[in-house]
Amino acid sequence: MSAFNAIGEEREINRDEFTPEIEPQATWCPGCGDFGVLKALKQAMPEVGRTPEETLLVTGIGCSGKLSSYFKSYGFHSIHGRALPVARAAKMANPDLEVVAAGGDGDGYGIGGNHFMHTARENHDMTYIVFDNEIFGLTKGQTSPTSPKGHKSKTQPHGSAKQPIRPLSLALTSGASYVARTAAVNPNQAKEILTEAMEHDGFAHVDFLTQCPTWNKDAKQYVPYIDVQDSDDYDFDITDRSEASEMMQKAENALYEGEVLTGRFYHDEDRPSYQEEKQATGDMPEEPLAERYFDEDYEWERSYDLLDRHK
Amino acid sequence: MTNDELIWRIAGGSGDGIDSTSQNFAKALMRSGLNVFTHRHYPSRIRGGHTYVEIRAKDEPVKSRGDNYNFLLALGDSFARNPQEEAYYGNEEIKPLTENLDELREGGVIVYDSGLLDASEIENFDERVEENNWHVYDLDLRGLAKEHGREVMRNTAGVGATAALLDMDLQYIEDLMEDAMSGDVLEANLQILEEAYESVNEDYEHTHDLRAPTGTQEEEQVLVSGSHGIAYGSLDEGCRFISGYPMTPWTDVFTIMTQHLPDMGGISEQVEDEIAAASLAIGASHAGAKAMSGSSGGGFALMSEPLGLAEMTETPIVLVESMRAGGSTGMPTKPEQGDLEHVLYTSQGDSNRVVFAPGDAAECYEQTRKAFEIAYEYQIPAIVIYDQKLSGGHQTVPEDVFDEEPNPDIGSVVTEEDLEEAVQEAGRFKRYMYDADGERGGVSPRSLPGQKGGNYLASGNEHNEVGHISEDPDNRVLQMNRRMSKLESIRDELAENADHQTVYGPEDAEYGILSWGSTKGVVEEAVDVLNEQGHSVKAMNVSDMMPFAKDEVTAFLESVDEALVVEMNATAQFRRHVQGQLGRFGEKLYSLLKYDGNPFEPREVVSGFESRIGDDADLSQYNVRIESATGD
Ligand SMILES: Cc1ncc(C[n+]2csc(CCOP(=O)(O)OP(=O)(O)O)c2C)c(N)n1
Ligand code: SF4
Repeated sequence: MSAFNAIGEEREINRDEFTPEIEPQATWCPGCGDFGVLKALKQAMPEVGRTPEETLLVTGIGCSGKLSSYFKSYGFHSIHGRALPVARAAKMANPDLEVVAAGGDGDGYGIGGNHFMHTARENHDMTYIVFDNEIFGLTKGQTSPTSPKGHKSKTQPHGSAKQPIRPLSLALTSGASYVARTAAVNPNQAKEILTEAMEHDGFAHVDFLTQCPTWNKDAKQYVPYIDVQDSDDYDFDITDRSEASEMMQKAENALYEGEVLTGRFYHDEDRPSYQEEKQATGDMPEEPLAERYFDEDYEWERSYDLLDRHK
Repeated sequence: MTNDELIWRIAGGSGDGIDSTSQNFAKALMRSGLNVFTHRHYPSRIRGGHTYVEIRAKDEPVKSRGDNYNFLLALGDSFARNPQEEAYYGNEEIKPLTENLDELREGGVIVYDSGLLDASEIENFDERVEENNWHVYDLDLRGLAKEHGREVMRNTAGVGATAALLDMDLQYIEDLMEDAMSGDVLEANLQILEEAYESVNEDYEHTHDLRAPTGTQEEEQVLVSGSHGIAYGSLDEGCRFISGYPMTPWTDVFTIMTQHLPDMGGISEQVEDEIAAASLAIGASHAGAKAMSGSSGGGFALMSEPLGLAEMTETPIVLVESMRAGGSTGMPTKPEQGDLEHVLYTSQGDSNRVVFAPGDAAECYEQTRKAFEIAYEYQIPAIVIYDQKLSGGHQTVPEDVFDEEPNPDIGSVVTEEDLEEAVQEAGRFKRYMYDADGERGGVSPRSLPGQKGGNYLASGNEHNEVGHISEDPDNRVLQMNRRMSKLESIRDELAENADHQTVYGPEDAEYGILSWGSTKGVVEEAVDVLNEQGHSVKAMNVSDMMPFAKDEVTAFLESVDEALVVEMNATAQFRRHVQGQLGRFGEKLYSLLKYDGNPFEPREVVSGFESRIGDDADLSQYNVRIESATGD
């Protein structure tokens, strides 16, 4: 008998199951784009067909990190920038879990930038949602890695001299096999993209544009947005790296010129996930590690059998 | 000269195969029934530069590298001759001979490779030889190796010559070679070994009377390092996930684990940095695996924040801290015990973790098992701290130390049946349930993602019973008290079920020596010497650093007039910890400190003790320092 019976349960799933029955002591301001992510995620879950109890949501620190307080599933609210390493190991220990990681642009592209690059490179089978509000929300409005050049804040009084980071391009060059951008103001697209991202077998990166009406008042509220898949002006093959790359650059340039391009930018369905790669080299067991501790019949190998080489 | 111990030193350049040769020779000595202890000295440099390995073999238990040594095999540094590198390396060719003479005992034996080294280049060599009654054998080991095989095999020629000079049975060495090599390489090595053996016997007159001691050890022994102890302890305790980033000397454990984990159905991950390494261990453990990570000083500093996360979310993990000399990157290949306070107190808020400091390879095995057991039972991070000396030094350990059943028990995790009955609140499991009457020792029930009925939020922010972030003052106090109370429960459990502190020497001794970690063996040898010399001394080595073994250390200190605290750091961290934990004994404690990058030798502890209690002992020849606790 499995020790994890919530996993693989086939039943009708209702989005309301993902709402905690107690008022979370979370902190989102009225009008915050983060509510859009929450809503889209709850809507996507029934589409993906995963229950709250087989889902692990790992978040970082920031307003964005509070997603796990508003969302009922197994959750892990970790530390600033480290959601990805926590999440990817959980997935390795129990690959049957649906693992989603989430955090802000400061969290994921700043302090956790190194992990972002490496998790994408390894192509772990998981979804990573970055709440991109171009600002540090929780610490009260400092310049973030996605803030535009010239952005003024208490920590950059003369305006930032830095070019903003290019998250889509960064994900692509690092090795992510699914890259998309959506916006809180576009709930239908957001739901579809999150569904696709979770169903994708590999590292799916979703740059989620979220408005921060409290600290980023000048920021465009990401409307009107253009869905690159819906527009006749943009024709490219999302399975082709170089076309995808070109399109991402267009979108990244356009954003700071007031034109919001969203949609799917890259989807490689052929690249094996990290788990598959590791299993193929014999470096990872087929059975989830986590199950083994409950299996009475499992024969635990012991170090005593290794001692011959020390005699 | 007495023949009761052989301390054989093989010296040469890094990368010249000194390590593997010495491993084999140490095993040959062990197979002949002797106890063996090895000491590695090497520079932080990959190829070239002077390095040596010392092997001490005795019929009696051997617990330290000993004082000085009595047999030198000087091989010559092949990399010093690399013509392209000449400007950089300079002329270091002769170092394997010159660098080692100061520590060679009177009457000692020197074998040097005259194919590479020229003793006439050394100032006053002949005078020193005569003065110290050394016995010198110059052999063209390089020539011999080249004649029958390749130049690198000059190590083998050196071992053959050693065996002849010490009158050893070649069979042990030949058997080991047969295990390790095959084909032409084996043939060539065997031939070189025998040629060297015979030519020494035929062409040289043995002028010394040092012989390999005879071994009578009948129990099956294995030659392992402290890192093997830790790795094997982890495996036997069901650890099947390790994540790490290389850093000397932690890399030893990481590599040993990685060699075995895939074949044992486990996972090893080399990741982008140490923050990731510790975070992965947390993620794997959260999802239901037994997981570990670790590092050395600088890397462990990076783990400080995830360590706190593990404390707060009550995610069990085991971290290994393998100390090298600090601060900052310090001396990568040299031992020190300078990270104790770092490990005890690093991270946010009031600290709450378990710290064990094993003193030898067998303790590394036992205490690592205990660390996992406690971590998973009490949902708390546990740290095993040891040092570069114990990490890479090998010692003979009875095989049956490792003959313990594997333990896959995942600790205080609930089952789905338990969850059916469990207390829920608002559709979530009370993962962080208060322990009002303290019945569960501060431990709350833990579910794993994927278990039916167990969903909760693990948060590094203060949280309520179902895991939701909470700044409610009453909840804060209840949760803090519950988490902090675990240490008292663990202290009780350790007092009942573990005996990690070792006392050595006559029970009613007048004086005490207190040590921790790898200084254990050297202190015990010093205690023997001191008692033979008419002093009255006993020793205690402490392993339970947090929770601290309060009762045992108090009893020890109460029973002596005064105690010398021996440790390898500059600021007496352990002594400060003892005083802080016990809140007394300031007037009784003196420190003997060493932090020059080399482990203590027994004679340094002996002299340190003698100088403290008023005898006429000269400490100026050593890099050690005495300091009193009260500052008199
Ligand atoms: C190591 C560390 N450094 C700094 C902080 C303080 N901190 C909390 S959230 C945050 C920035 C969050 O910004 P972002 O990731 O963009 O998320 P948002 O709040 O905008 O959703 C910072 C700097 C912290 N918690 N930990
Ligand atoms: S500060 Fe900004 S990001 Fe944070 S909750 Fe308020 S609106 Fe949202």
